[in-house]
Amino acid sequence: MTTAPTPVPTPAATDEFSGGPGVSGTASPAPARSHAKRRAPRGGSWLATLPLFVFFVIAFGLPAVAIVIGAFTVSSDAETGAGSFTTANLSDSVSGAYWTALLSSLKLSALTALIGTLVGLPIAQAVVTSRFRMLREAVLTASGVLANFGGLPLAFAFVATLGNAGELTKLFHLTDHGWTLYSFSGLTVAYLYFLIPLMVLTITPALDGLRAQWREAAQNNRATGLQYWRFVALPILLPSLLGGFVLLFGSAFAAYATAAAMVGATVPLISRQIADALSGNVLVGQGNLALALSLDMIIVAVLVMAIYLPLQRRSARWLS
Amino acid sequence: MAQLTSRTPMRRPQLGRGLVLLVAALYFLIPMGASVWFSISDKNGIGFQAYTGLLGAEGFTDSLWLTVKLALATVVLLLLLLVPAMIAARLGSPRLRTILEVLCTLPLVVPPVALTAGMIGVLRWGPDYLMDTPFFQTFVFVQQPEFPLVLVLAYVLMALPLAYRAIDAGLRSVDVRTLVEAARNCGASWPRSVFTVILPNLRGALLNASFLTLALVLGEFTSASILGYQPFPVWIYAVGNSQGQMSVAVSVLSLLITWVLLLLLAAAGRERRHKPAHS
Repeated sequence: MTTAPTPVPTPAATDEFSGGPGVSGTASPAPARSHAKRRAPRGGSWLATLPLFVFFVIAFGLPAVAIVIGAFTVSSDAETGAGSFTTANLSDSVSGAYWTALLSSLKLSALTALIGTLVGLPIAQAVVTSRFRMLREAVLTASGVLANFGGLPLAFAFVATLGNAGELTKLFHLTDHGWTLYSFSGLTVAYLYFLIPLMVLTITPALDGLRAQWREAAQNNRATGLQYWRFVALPILLPSLLGGFVLLFGSAFAAYATAAAMVGATVPLISRQIADALSGNVLVGQGNLALALSLDMIIVAVLVMAIYLPLQRRSARWLS
Repeated sequence: MAQLTSRTPMRRPQLGRGLVLLVAALYFLIPMGASVWFSISDKNGIGFQAYTGLLGAEGFTDSLWLTVKLALATVVLLLLLLVPAMIAARLGSPRLRTILEVLCTLPLVVPPVALTAGMIGVLRWGPDYLMDTPFFQTFVFVQQPEFPLVLVLAYVLMALPLAYRAIDAGLRSVDVRTLVEAARNCGASWPRSVFTVILPNLRGALLNASFLTLALVLGEFTSASILGYQPFPVWIYAVGNSQGQMSVAVSVLSLLITWVLLLLLAAAGRERRHKPAHS
């Protein structure tokens, strides 16, 4: 029975095994294969996943429940009606300063994700088409490091570079030209430092998946380089590109430490508002506001994922 | 026309590629260089006080030790939870694989700040409702300042999507089912075929996942600072407010440590991979 899958040339075909039209003998190996699947210890596989499920319920389920319950109930520090149902938290969380912060977060994330996608693609393409294996390895390794180089070190590195007393600022007298790092544009420059490498990492497998034959076929049909990109490569890459954009958007949206350490309160961001609310910087009786704000953030992130996952699956189908 | 097009794509990308890589290199190297310069330059030239003063700084060793403990615990717990589940999902039904994929993607939906808010919400239940039950001791236990388990839980959750991707990529390149069936046909037991056949094939992926997790924990600031613990990143933040140069020095060091870590892991992975070829 183990021989059944081996004649199938591509690994992708094993997943949709029954779907091979016109292949004689498909009918006989198919049941054998499903039989083999049965023979693998089915109970065992559930048993092996059980610890993960239990962990997930405790570490993820409980906080999620706490957020939802908290967002819809009156805070326990309120004078009256603690614990009773209310939508005031949520409506407060999308009005006034909080609404501004949410919009500002969304704007920053969209802008940085867009620039990151547009800049990351050519870099990845340059690396993929390069003949030097060392270069490719070096860039990918560096991307791996830099994509994780968010947070505080990033903020401090940029303060040292472009901050008020930063080296580049002093060298080129940037402050005289109206530059300040502690602003929306400063934050954008800093965010790109980890978003572009993230894009390079995300899009490289997709670019690798572009077969040389496709380009050759296009060239044999007298397509120019531009036409190849317009009609062959981009349509295939589009799901990956959009997926990468959405991933970048999500990362930028969730980021907290960089902004907290770099710009403080000059650029209002929702992640900072939540942290402030949790540290008690809110009016009495609004303790659950932080949870309502978290719920807002989760809703945005859910929307992001709802776009990202189908795209990723689509691109995976093309490039497998 | 055909000749033109066949020649131009050969040459133009060369130039464009160089330009793209040059600009990218500038953008990514300048902040690093500037940080290094910032951390070693002082009024009368070059000095390394920011680095040497680090070891003596208050709280440095404590916070670093706490972070190392947290990182190790997170990696171990993560791998213990994830690896058996993922191998089982590969061998078992496709439905299990889908469930696992959804499960491991879900944490992406909850940003760290929101997750921390939720955890604080849960931890508040402790004193509020569970004061007289044995559960209360558990709540105290996970929040102990010497080793805050609650942070490990948060970190494992945050690292879950990353680690899942890394291990999944490894599993994709290995035909797990065929390997296991081959091992089983040779008379190996289930644990044996997993430990001596599957896991060695996944070494690169496991190292990758561990590295990503390690990097995440070493740099994680959000949860720890909001929950009020002081691992290394939170300590850096506190230092950064008073001594700018020292905080930049730490940033440079953290980047260096990450590089070294990664290179070591890459070297380890490569060495193992080449060994069978030599013998």
